[in-house]
Amino acid sequence: MAARDLHGPKPPWDKGFSIIGKSQRKVDGLTKATGEALYTDDIMLPGMLHAKTLRSPHPHATITRIDVTRALAMPGVYAAITGSDLPERYGVIPWTQDETALAVGKVRFIGDPVAAVAAIDEDTAIRALEAIDVEYALLHPYLEPEDALTRVEPKIHEDRKNNISKNVKLEFGDVDGSIKGADLVIEDDYSFHGTTHAPIEPHCAVARLSPDGLLTVWSSTQITHYVHRALAKVLGVPEQKIRVIQPCLGGAFGGKSDPFSLEFCVAKLAMITGRPVKMLYTREEVFYCHRGRHPMKLHYRTGAMKDGRITGVDAKILIDGGSYSSFGLVTAYYAGQLLTGPYDFPTYRFDSTRVFTNKPPCGPKRGHGSVQPRFAFEVQLDEIACTLGIDPIAIRRKNFQGSNTQTVNGQRITSNGFAECLTAVENASGWKDRRAKLPYGRGLGVAGSMYISGTNYCVYPNDMPQAGVQIKVDRSGAIMVFTGGNDIGQGSSSVVRYIVAEELGLPVEHVRVVAADTDLCPVDLGAYSSRVTFMVGNATIDACRKLRKLLVSAVAEKWEVPDARIQMSLGEVVDLEDATHKMTTKDAFQLAEAKFDTLGSTGAYNTPELGGKYRGGTIGASPAYSFTAHVADVRVDVETGRIHIDKIWVAHDCGRALNPTLVAGQMEGSVYMGAAEVVMEHHRVDERGLHSGPSLLDYPIPTSLDTPEIESHIVESVDPEGPYGAKEAGEGPLHSTIPAIANAVYDAVGIRLRHLPFSPAKVLAAIAELTSKTKAAE
Amino acid sequence: MLRLPQFGVATPTTIAAALAILEGNDKAAVLAGGTDLVPNMKHRIATPDLVLSLEGVEEMRGIRVDGDTLVIGAMTRLDEIAHDERVRSWAPVLAQAAGIVASPQIRRMGTLGGNVMLDTRCRYINQTHFWRKSLGFCLKKDGTLCFVVAGGKKCVAAASNDSAPALMTLGADLVFRSAKSERIAKIDQVFGGDGIYNKKVAPGELLIEVRIPRQSSGHRGAYGKLRERGSFDFPQLGVAVRLDTRDKVVADADVVLVALQARPLRIKGAADVLRGTTIGESSFETAARTIADRAHAHCHPMPNIPGDADYRHAMIPVYVRRTLLAAAGLGVAPRT
Repeated sequence: MAARDLHGPKPPWDKGFSIIGKSQRKVDGLTKATGEALYTDDIMLPGMLHAKTLRSPHPHATITRIDVTRALAMPGVYAAITGSDLPERYGVIPWTQDETALAVGKVRFIGDPVAAVAAIDEDTAIRALEAIDVEYALLHPYLEPEDALTRVEPKIHEDRKNNISKNVKLEFGDVDGSIKGADLVIEDDYSFHGTTHAPIEPHCAVARLSPDGLLTVWSSTQITHYVHRALAKVLGVPEQKIRVIQPCLGGAFGGKSDPFSLEFCVAKLAMITGRPVKMLYTREEVFYCHRGRHPMKLHYRTGAMKDGRITGVDAKILIDGGSYSSFGLVTAYYAGQLLTGPYDFPTYRFDSTRVFTNKPPCGPKRGHGSVQPRFAFEVQLDEIACTLGIDPIAIRRKNFQGSNTQTVNGQRITSNGFAECLTAVENASGWKDRRAKLPYGRGLGVAGSMYISGTNYCVYPNDMPQAGVQIKVDRSGAIMVFTGGNDIGQGSSSVVRYIVAEELGLPVEHVRVVAADTDLCPVDLGAYSSRVTFMVGNATIDACRKLRKLLVSAVAEKWEVPDARIQMSLGEVVDLEDATHKMTTKDAFQLAEAKFDTLGSTGAYNTPELGGKYRGGTIGASPAYSFTAHVADVRVDVETGRIHIDKIWVAHDCGRALNPTLVAGQMEGSVYMGAAEVVMEHHRVDERGLHSGPSLLDYPIPTSLDTPEIESHIVESVDPEGPYGAKEAGEGPLHSTIPAIANAVYDAVGIRLRHLPFSPAKVLAAIAELTSKTKAAE
Repeated sequence: MLRLPQFGVATPTTIAAALAILEGNDKAAVLAGGTDLVPNMKHRIATPDLVLSLEGVEEMRGIRVDGDTLVIGAMTRLDEIAHDERVRSWAPVLAQAAGIVASPQIRRMGTLGGNVMLDTRCRYINQTHFWRKSLGFCLKKDGTLCFVVAGGKKCVAAASNDSAPALMTLGADLVFRSAKSERIAKIDQVFGGDGIYNKKVAPGELLIEVRIPRQSSGHRGAYGKLRERGSFDFPQLGVAVRLDTRDKVVADADVVLVALQARPLRIKGAADVLRGTTIGESSFETAARTIADRAHAHCHPMPNIPGDADYRHAMIPVYVRRTLLAAAGLGVAPRT
């Protein structure tokens, strides 16, 4: 696998950028704002049936009998299916496929899909579910990860040796020796509680089987390509007879990355009934689908010298995976692999274990796998700084790894703007004058982080490009771009539009983007791991450069001038040396079409060879890393224990901001989500295996009143391989939100909070403990 | 989206017509805004055959002063009450309580009558039918067990209406009418201790209006609310305070808490402790602390509604004291 044609970070035309770097509208901004955007649930097809899912009321049980006869006999019921109708396993990682569309033989959490029916309307389908007879034999439910770690029988997945999903142990250098030689060692336990994405659009899928056997599935997925592959496998239908389309999407955040039960069920039910079938999950079902951020128990040991320099980091992590693998193999790696920047670790070891439990399955959520370890480490680093009497920003500068280097675990770092990020938040927050000087109850905290811009680990190994783009040139002067990239609100289709407009010298509105339709668009691996801007962006530039060559040569030939004199900008083609030479881009398109025949172009991107030369060394290896620093300003009400997050300054190195408004939007969204995970959100499953409140009333996402003021500072390090130097901005800016708040609480009231979420009760208990310790010392 | 069960709808436009429908129709549910009834129906907690919508009954809307009584129609929107100048000066505690219910959108649908008559809440009941079935159903609906108190035979679902304690401090009267009669009940007498149904209101009776007697010239009031977010959430604790003062000296007082058990709870003897103390002097603050401690000793939150019960207990003195100070103009009533 080699990198496909990189074009470098320079603007396409000598005079600089005319569109890139400026604030632009999103392609779907107006349709969303006016309510005209069509989401999956807006699809209504003639004769369409409605499907519902019967779910397990038990956390762990064997199905001893299941019978859909009574349901099928009901008027208005067209089909009912159970696990035996769709027994083929799937899962996003080919080596850990342990899910079936409907339970086969056993159920593994409360909410596990057991059967599905298609009926004339939803109410009939709901009544039919009540007429499905299921008998269960209850099994021991695993609700704590420690239980799953030590107990082998019963096994949640029978073909496994035990209840361990994945264990990764990697060591780089002599960790024990480096920690032994340190002046200071801080060792402690930390934990993350588990949160979910809560996208406002619930999952929805619609399927239609055409008379000639083409199966079309519309789904609110963020990875069309994997859904396409999974449908073929599970349904036993060749891929060329399946078309998957992602309509407008109402939020995903990682929660729509896996193939889901409903996609297979609507397809199967459409195949059985010959009618289109829709299934829309309720909010409660979205909570059961979950795939949210894993609860983790983390033990960290970090050694440092008196000057603050880190000598080594030793981590042991227990990950509560819930009932299925999902992306869990990657989670176990990311939990360790993504901590090795922006600081230089001379030695590093991690031992991360993901276990199965009888709870809704965890998966990728914004900052997959690395948010929890980042919290633990950045709090530990703060403690080292405070113990040694070093300014927390200074200790981060001291350990900064710099650019064009390699991490201890073999990851290539190219551009790295972390130092600029630190300076930006230091200055903006008034850090030097305010930190440790604010009155009791108020404090500032800092933290830093890094994240990937995609990874070179494709979930199924192949030599084809990770991203492809196709361009159709229209005689009208318009360009249609086709990309498999999934726009999930992050603006990937907008980014494609800006790039094409920049490259071909067009006004942005002359560029239309068709995305995430497997019939129309070349494959892109989808919206995960913050890969789309980087990879689809590069593929778009690649396609444009090939096309531009044709356009330029046709015009140059007509004017009888060298190609280098031709410039295209905002709908016009000009000769740089002769003002009488001028034509519209539309005329240039027609000229080129006459010369070369029908015009089109393709472009592709693939990652270069990256990563350490060891098993798992490519997981977490990215062509470019983004860097972030946060400063949080908090008030702690010592009587109620409430943490009020007044303001967060965030600086993010995104390489280059293709549209600064979109980058700032991603930064603000990340901070919003991260802050909520500190003080509010908790995806809790109780001692019975029941979700503690699967609704947006009981799972509190913050309102505008609960959201801190956020000030975003964009840092542009201009990456050598990113499209015009761009890197990711959608996930990185979440990470250090959490430890920055934790460290600010320490500055405010002197308590080290190591276990999320920081509920007011925990804050009060910690303050009381500190007070009694202080009194005892006196 | 959760589906509603099937039901009939009646849309009377007069009180008399509404009462005639209600008479003898004990499977009917009254819709007075719907912000509580509709989700309860989606959860199959309420399964009425008939929904009697009062939306068209204009004579039940509006705020008026009738001599020494402020009269608020049961169908008056919470948002209107929160912003009405007469309510804000006559009964500031009610204006604050109405203005802090749920979210702006819900306050523009929800009514005072709906909030007074709100069903009790519990983490084991306000869930979907699937969830409750997975739990095994609790004794408030469809089951026989209490999951809050192991072995408990009495439902401990909590009154969660912000307006009720406020109206109790104001000595409000509730006017109920049925097809055959009308009665005026002191709000203190209306709430009972059974979480399954916590109101002493007979089938066929409709809450028509709320009457608030004229308060003293030195009347002050405040409502403090513990909840997770700055909007949306039901109270995890609500504190209503009335102070009657003369030249900053307290003459009378009342403190009522909600979101503890099935009925709102009055902190007894608050007036005796506060009477004669002077706002702005230490005597008042000391008295406020005494009442806060008394509330802490007397009230024992159970793990019935969301929020850690021990934490809710620990917050009782803090919220009582802060709300008392807010009523006295010495601070702002807590809103989260």
